[in-house]
Amino acid sequence: MNSASLFLLRSLGAAGSVEGSSFWLPAPASTLAGKVDWLFNAISLIALLFLLLIATLMGLFVWRYRARPGRPAEPAPSHNTPLEIAWSAIPLAIVCWIFWEGFQGFLELHTPPQNAYEVLVSGQKWKWLFTYPNGVVDENLHVPVSTPVRLVLSSEDVIHSFFVPDFRIKRDAVPGRFTKAWFEAPRPGEHRVYCAEYCGTSHSDMTAKVIVHPEGEFQRWLDSAADLLDRMPPAEAGAKLFVQRGCKQCHSVDGTGGIGPTLKGIFGHEQVLRDGGRARVDEDYLRESILDPQAKVVAGYDPVMPTFKGRIKDREIVALIEYVKTLR
Amino acid sequence: MSTAEGALSVPRTGARARGEDYLTRERGFLSWALTLDHKRIGVLYLFSILAAFLLGGVLALLVRTELLTPRETIVGPDTYNKLFTLHGAVMIFLFIIPGIPAALGNFALPLMLGAKDVAFPRLNLFSYWLYVLGALFEVAAIVTGGVDTGWTFYTPYSTTTNTSVVATTLGAFILGFSSIFTGLNFIVTIHKLRPQGMTWFRMPLFLWGLYGTAVIQVLATPVLGITLLLLIVERLLGVGIFDPALGGDPVLFQHFFWFYSHPAVYIMILPAMGVISELVPTFSRKRIFGYRFIAYSSIAIAVLGFLVWGHHMFTSGQSGMASMVFSALTFSVAIPSAIKVFNWLATMYKGSIRLDTPMLYALSFILLFAIGGLTGLHLGTLATDVHLHDTYFVVAHFHYTMMGGNVMALLGGLHFWWPKMFGRMYSERWGRIAATIVFLGFNVTFLSQFLLGSLGMPRRYYNYADEFQPLHATSTYGSYLMAVGFAIAAGALIHSLFRGRPAPANPWGANSLEWHTPSPPPWDNFPETPAVEDPYDYSQLVYEPSVGGYVKKTAPAGAGS
Amino acid sequence: MSRAASDPRARPARLQHHFESLEQQSESGKLGMWIFLATEILLFGGLFCAYAVYRANHPEVFVYAHRYLDKVLGGVNTVVLLTSSLTMAWAVRCAQLGKARGMSALLALTLLGGLGFMGIKFVEYEAKWKHGLLWGKRFQPALHEEARSGQDPGPPAADREPQRSSRSPDPGVERSTVPPSARGPRGTVPAEVARQRAAYARRDEPPRNVQVFFGIYFLMTGLHALHVLAGMGAIGWVLVRGLRGAFGPAYYLPVDLVGLYWHLVDLIWIFLFPLLYLVH
Repeated sequence: MNSASLFLLRSLGAAGSVEGSSFWLPAPASTLAGKVDWLFNAISLIALLFLLLIATLMGLFVWRYRARPGRPAEPAPSHNTPLEIAWSAIPLAIVCWIFWEGFQGFLELHTPPQNAYEVLVSGQKWKWLFTYPNGVVDENLHVPVSTPVRLVLSSEDVIHSFFVPDFRIKRDAVPGRFTKAWFEAPRPGEHRVYCAEYCGTSHSDMTAKVIVHPEGEFQRWLDSAADLLDRMPPAEAGAKLFVQRGCKQCHSVDGTGGIGPTLKGIFGHEQVLRDGGRARVDEDYLRESILDPQAKVVAGYDPVMPTFKGRIKDREIVALIEYVKTLR
Repeated sequence: MSTAEGALSVPRTGARARGEDYLTRERGFLSWALTLDHKRIGVLYLFSILAAFLLGGVLALLVRTELLTPRETIVGPDTYNKLFTLHGAVMIFLFIIPGIPAALGNFALPLMLGAKDVAFPRLNLFSYWLYVLGALFEVAAIVTGGVDTGWTFYTPYSTTTNTSVVATTLGAFILGFSSIFTGLNFIVTIHKLRPQGMTWFRMPLFLWGLYGTAVIQVLATPVLGITLLLLIVERLLGVGIFDPALGGDPVLFQHFFWFYSHPAVYIMILPAMGVISELVPTFSRKRIFGYRFIAYSSIAIAVLGFLVWGHHMFTSGQSGMASMVFSALTFSVAIPSAIKVFNWLATMYKGSIRLDTPMLYALSFILLFAIGGLTGLHLGTLATDVHLHDTYFVVAHFHYTMMGGNVMALLGGLHFWWPKMFGRMYSERWGRIAATIVFLGFNVTFLSQFLLGSLGMPRRYYNYADEFQPLHATSTYGSYLMAVGFAIAAGALIHSLFRGRPAPANPWGANSLEWHTPSPPPWDNFPETPAVEDPYDYSQLVYEPSVGGYVKKTAPAGAGS
Repeated sequence: MSRAASDPRARPARLQHHFESLEQQSESGKLGMWIFLATEILLFGGLFCAYAVYRANHPEVFVYAHRYLDKVLGGVNTVVLLTSSLTMAWAVRCAQLGKARGMSALLALTLLGGLGFMGIKFVEYEAKWKHGLLWGKRFQPALHEEARSGQDPGPPAADREPQRSSRSPDPGVERSTVPPSARGPRGTVPAEVARQRAAYARRDEPPRNVQVFFGIYFLMTGLHALHVLAGMGAIGWVLVRGLRGAFGPAYYLPVDLVGLYWHLVDLIWIFLFPLLYLVH
């Protein structure tokens, strides 16, 4: 690799990281994305050169040596050891270089800086929950700008994979163990989170947002998220909790169907249960359904709701019940 | 049909009484169902895998149609999940893995070797019926509600979903044994049934490819067997081996699975490379370049293929050290593959190249496989794989290698050996048209998926962001075009069975032993024991218009023969 | 075979049409069998890997739980299987020498050995079943505690308090409902596990996940038992053919092949026995 082509590669990479999205990569939004993009572009360039070489030779030979009457195949050596060693050794050298660069980048992706801000990420069918050091749980990942963030991932059911294309990071969330990832976002903005490991029905809707807050605003957000219940009436707080805790992922509030029954207009009415019994929807029923969801499952629905026992405070349950009461 | 006379020693096409060949020697259903003849078993396999290809293809079209728009286009998410799972399972287990070895290999291997049959004809038949049984299980899984795990059956999803996982995995387990027996048969045949004069380095390269494949089939498939067995036991009895709540480890399943399934991609590609190594010299009328490098690289790929399974798990939380080692080993597989591509190109150099249908597929193979291989660099590289893993980039990459590789070679080989199999020539014009359309359709379908992937579109997604829609639509229209190409190819081949010109013994001027016997061959392959010669020496073969094929040049007329 | 019959040269009756000579045929058969044995070893290889992984992850479980296996019965079974391997080899030798009666008698003895092995295995399995020492979900050590007073495979650590030993997952609950994240952000090895290990070191309670050992035990010995059954079927088949006089010094390939298979089954047990019964 001579210096001219190295320069070309560098400028390609640089163009990618400054200019935002290229034709083939999303706009890089983490400190490491630029390096990944640079390597991606370098490999693409090498691949393209090889492909051009192969295609050109093939086209040339097909045309130049096409079968014509009276022109038999010309004698040519059936092997040539120096040539064969050359076309084994040169690709070998190139892939060694690619491997080394990739390994370096991987080490950086793997090694969070000391004192990174830590957020717990929990995957479950089919939502992400982010738990902050002060106990706030949210459906979206809020982070401060220009701060390294360390994610500790786990799963409550099957394997999921936390994927933020703009950051070029991806990490599986595996039940029964913890995996880690980290990133640092240099600019405020919003980015998509996907689940990249197939996990069933709503796999493709298991999305979330990363919200990178400008300097200083993150702490304000965190504080306001923490005292939700102190700041507003229970029913309003319940509405917020309904979203934050992911209830709305499965339960609609407008009467449409979902993975779970809609909550519109159910309070005070009887529900037919899976086992044929009936239950009146009152405070106790709602409370039980949150803490022990399998106890009384409404007919026509699968017992798939996870329990919230140990993860939700009594005040929050009250707020949620108050909110459900408002859904006439 | 043949009237060639005189100084040309025509393989006895003319002397052969119609009704003596392997197709017509016996008639009736049982003569096929219980046949021990490798050629008939090859034909049975051929039609079975083509049926599987049709089924898998229809599923693929449904998947692509659903992806035409975000959210629901024709089916709901659960149906979609079943469609792509079945597409993968059918294509992998029922079509690609048995494809070239069991169909073309069964037909051609003993013929090319100069043997009368494979070493264990009964085992061969048993292997075919195991294949059918396995296929029935897969069909049963579809009928009883389908399966939605993805063809990789990752735990704990596969142990908790309520679809027909057991029937599907049991089917794959049985198909695995079918594959093991085919491989075992081929290894023993190549070791023990080579006739006098057929040394290892006189074998056509297709046989080297099949040999490397057979080694992988025999060594890797049992591990798949035990893995699927564990999954079945886990589901039926709750043994807890992959269940974290019971002290098990779900990632262990991935290690087991890929220990088989990565070598399995070489089960798919090695015989394909073997086919290409026959097609390129034949249609360039020139000796293969670097025979030994190609032969050794087949074995190198077979061995290295066992050491790279961990590159499917760079993001799974396996240790950084393991990822590093697997990444390095992965790159080492790139070299033997690159060697082969350069060797094929060098074979064409100064040749006399004819673009007949098989050669068109061979050239498609080289280009598509090159793209597939080169994009493997992005995925083998640790830092970039983290971004690309489980996106459409991976989907495009493996379709370029598996479909652009295996399916192109299968079609090339099928068009190449078709006259030998059925004694009929297909329409060269329609064959070429089909090959061109398939090539174009393929690239439209999958080039767009590379872009989708690098832009961050995860795979196995039912719904997607609106900005991806144009690329998805392009891919879908490409798949329709490709389907048209396949339909034309099928039409040309089927038409030839009824209306095709009778095939000469050697329509392409190839020199391996199967072309030294009539088309179709007699029941025990060779009217008389063939003399083993250099399979890539084309200098003695000349085109004889009265036969419509190539014949051996002998001493000039009048010199006495 | 019609071609073979019409061949002017005399072909031995047992020679299939596509082989040149009986020697080539028997060499092919043996190579095929060796390759098949290699696939069998790889099949078990997966389980051996699983064993290695789980033993590395839960060493305390293996040391603790293996004592519930009966070394005496296992040892007797090893001897039985080794003896049957000897009679099998002897039978092949008899076939080679053309001693048809000796061969049949030895094959019958081998079959008896297989039967004995399965009988003892059944006794062992039944004891495990009775005490609830089963795999994964079915592991019900509470039953075992009751049974222990009635005695049997004499678990050594009898000084523990009965209630504490039933710590493994409640069979009624399939999966923990507490999210792992609730255990704390930095807890890859949660404090509870460390405490468990320390407690086990003091011998006052059994380790967690004992069911892992029994899962592995039943998988490995179960698959092996299936192979013993298959081997017995094959031996029965050559025995019947031998009684009908199918074999002689010129043709005894099937006996040879079945012999190879039986030795493999024996060999696998020789690895299983120490790995499962003699853990340290």
